[in-house]
Amino acid sequence: MKRLFSVLLSCIISWQALANTQDMSTVESTHTDSTLSQLVNQLPTTKLNKMSPLLEKIAETRNDKTRGVLKAMMEGDLYYLKTDKTVVLALKEESLYSITNILTAEALAPVKKSKLRKVKTNNRLRGDIRSFIAKIDLTDPNKAVREQAVKQLLDNSSKSGLAAIQSLITTETDDEVRELMHVTLLLNQLKTGTHHEVMAAITQLEDTLEPSVNNTMVKMLAALPTNNKTPEQKALAASLTKVISSIEDKRSFFGIIENIFFGLSLGSVLLLAAIGLTITFGVMGVINMAHGEMMMLGAYTTYVIQLAFPNLIEYSLLMAVPAAFLVSGFVGIIIERGVIRYLKGRPLETLLATFGISLILQQLVRTIFSPLNRQVQAPEWMTGSWVINPVFSLTYNRLYIIIFSLMVFFTLLLILKKSSLGLHVRAVSQNRDMARALSIKSDRVDAITFGLGSGIAGVAGVVLSQLTNVGPNLGQAYIIDSFLVVVFGGVGNLWGTLVAAMSLGSINKFLEPVVGSVLANIIVLVGLVLFIQKRPKGLFPQKGRAAD
Amino acid sequence: MKFKKLILASSIIASSLVAQVTMAADTIKVGVLHSLSGTMAISETTLKDTVLMMIEEQNKAGGLLGKKLEAVVVDPASNWPLFAEKSRELLAKDKVDVIFGCWTSVSRKSALPVLEELNGLLFYPVQYEGEESSKNVFYTGAAPNQQAIPAVEYLMDEIGATRWVLAGTDYVYPRTTNKILAAYLKSKGVKDEDIMISYTPFGHSDWQGIVSDIKKFGSEGKKTAVVSTINGDANIPFYKELGNQGISAEDIPVVAFSVGEEELSGFDAKPLVGHLAAWNYFQSVETDENEEFIANWKKYIGDDKRVTNDPMEATYIGFKMWAKAVEKVGTTDVDAVEQGLIGIAVPNLTGGIAVMNANHHLSKPVLIGEIQEDGQFEVVSETPGTVIGDAWSDFLPSSKNLISDWTAPVKCGNFDVTTAKCSGQSF
Repeated sequence: MKRLFSVLLSCIISWQALANTQDMSTVESTHTDSTLSQLVNQLPTTKLNKMSPLLEKIAETRNDKTRGVLKAMMEGDLYYLKTDKTVVLALKEESLYSITNILTAEALAPVKKSKLRKVKTNNRLRGDIRSFIAKIDLTDPNKAVREQAVKQLLDNSSKSGLAAIQSLITTETDDEVRELMHVTLLLNQLKTGTHHEVMAAITQLEDTLEPSVNNTMVKMLAALPTNNKTPEQKALAASLTKVISSIEDKRSFFGIIENIFFGLSLGSVLLLAAIGLTITFGVMGVINMAHGEMMMLGAYTTYVIQLAFPNLIEYSLLMAVPAAFLVSGFVGIIIERGVIRYLKGRPLETLLATFGISLILQQLVRTIFSPLNRQVQAPEWMTGSWVINPVFSLTYNRLYIIIFSLMVFFTLLLILKKSSLGLHVRAVSQNRDMARALSIKSDRVDAITFGLGSGIAGVAGVVLSQLTNVGPNLGQAYIIDSFLVVVFGGVGNLWGTLVAAMSLGSINKFLEPVVGSVLANIIVLVGLVLFIQKRPKGLFPQKGRAAD
Repeated sequence: MKFKKLILASSIIASSLVAQVTMAADTIKVGVLHSLSGTMAISETTLKDTVLMMIEEQNKAGGLLGKKLEAVVVDPASNWPLFAEKSRELLAKDKVDVIFGCWTSVSRKSALPVLEELNGLLFYPVQYEGEESSKNVFYTGAAPNQQAIPAVEYLMDEIGATRWVLAGTDYVYPRTTNKILAAYLKSKGVKDEDIMISYTPFGHSDWQGIVSDIKKFGSEGKKTAVVSTINGDANIPFYKELGNQGISAEDIPVVAFSVGEEELSGFDAKPLVGHLAAWNYFQSVETDENEEFIANWKKYIGDDKRVTNDPMEATYIGFKMWAKAVEKVGTTDVDAVEQGLIGIAVPNLTGGIAVMNANHHLSKPVLIGEIQEDGQFEVVSETPGTVIGDAWSDFLPSSKNLISDWTAPVKCGNFDVTTAKCSGQSF
């Protein structure tokens, strides 16, 4: 009797609910607009800690304007007028803000910043908004947007989000997105399923590297009792341990690859900085303390080019490379003609003179550009990273720099080995008197060689402008490292420089996670000192009669 | 005839010299001890200008005690031992009545023995690591409990962070601050494995390894936040690398204690948007006092693009307090002014009242701001009232029993409350 009653009751309730929803759906179309505007108008007066529930209500309106409101708020473009608390979308245009009513899309007269006040958000709210938007974005036509949305829901899934994914997975056309949806559902199965479902999910998730999968499994394993496990729990623990260790293996494998990449990228920066010095120091025997300032000039050239062509930021680096080469090379030739050639064969005087030049150049830049750092923008294609899998990604700027530095290296190698200029340079460096006797203009060769070395330093400066601050002291930070690389690799040997730069970079990056970056620098330096004690001529010393 | 002219000329010169000497006796001398060259010049020059602006304003309003103020500017050139020499010069030779100066802790520590020996008076306007209280120094910047601890509390309560990366440059301020923070976090039940500490050299630019470690540390399912005491230049490549590796402020927020309006001006702040900074003042705070201050500053410096920042406000408060105390006690005598300063209250620029406490530290509001695209900050959290600066941190075992109280009967910078003894040492 009781049972019959309860069935009857549940029937009535469900019927009523059905009726309600029917009611709702007819009313909805006319009411959502006013619900949304009523909710949106509460935004200016709501306190930060009460904001999240309000935003959730806004997200549930599922109106065509909902996403716009949420997005504007997430990006910090949602303001309200101080006078009548109208919520507006405000975009900065020079000194004024152009504003549009967020609900009616009606453009209002531009106003000053002081008339507006921002709708308060913080990082936590933005995170919430992101997952609200994600639910809406699951049906977006753009694949990347959908992928991002699923990722968002993977990290913090809610019931409604999962339901949405469940219903959309069959119609999803893109393989990657579907795979990601599948992982999200499996993850939920892992958290909430029965024993069989959980076991099935574990085996299917074996190859997934998403951090949240691993985290969930580690938590599940930790939650199991240590002793007196039921057979089910034992089986679960065994398969969890197996999968976790296999994921762990993969992660540490990618960790090593990532470290190699970091090492190579640091190495390629060192290579670029040192390779010009290899030529001037190695080939000509000039200790050029102003080498770092040649890099600084290259970096400032990039800055000037961006200043001169503010609309061509995307191409600015491509323009800056030849420009920096010319500027630094030209300054290098002036230094060689003006100072260094008078000091030939007197290394100590050359060292002091070039050190003086470096100070002059620094002060010159301080006077012209101010002592403050200058802002060099990164083009769009140099930002972001190439995501290979959830635990392994390569940043584009580092990737391009590795490629670029190798290009510079091989070009230089080609010039020195194959061109007649290279032949002359090598001849002069091996035996100046004999070369002169064979009618090589050694003065001219010296000037060009020094210009070439300085020009490459300028090119290195363009690269450094993307990695570090462009200021008068930029060169000083790299001059020591450059000398270390050249001495380590063997003076005057291009291949030695390549090997030295890459190995110093890698050693540094492998030590860094273990001992910290301060100690890593010290260890590398001490190691190098010991190495030079053992082999004073570096990794690849010059052999034969040319050696001295 | 010629002789007469000579006498006339020399008497004119002599009289004008005498006049100058009497003039000099009629002024109150204000020493300015900020680096105008070297690495710290970027930050400290601004503070020198702030002091000069305040002196000019005070003179326009009639000076102090019927006398005009006169600035004596020296340049310690970012050279720490030179701070001691220059403060000796200011006190012994120029006989200044008060000094406004220093930025780095090491420069303050260098000037301190001279100040105590010659009984000078220094106003120090920068946030610092605490663990010091001298009779001759007034600290108008934030102590750790007025900046670092509230910032961590904000991340804990509002953002829900449970894992912490303490990243800093390798020198005294980050190391002491991180020691205090680590002790504080542990007292709140954070486990050792949830705290990662990393130090880098000055001007570090290759952040890929460290940022990747932070990313891994933050991907283990717990909300992670970075507390950054990274100094100066190194911040920009750090934030850039965070952006490039796809870490947004929502994933892993970074709260910085050394990044302010001045550091951000002229930079592309895009990669920094949404990250946080904790200060006691932001230029964006809308109060009448602040708007007036900003307008005066822009007019004084003659550049509409110049920004104001927290150490400037600290300098402003320090100057106003000193002027008020001098008027109260009617003399510029250091001992009298020192006692007179305690309890002095002046309005700060964010709509509250700054009070000088018995430990020579201020009561300040703590503001947490999010970095905006234009390099300004949007305040997202504010302490309800002001927080009293604590010279000796309660979270370090070596200093938890110490208090500083320069009023009778204690009159001591580091009074041990358990043994009731004063070590007599100021630091």
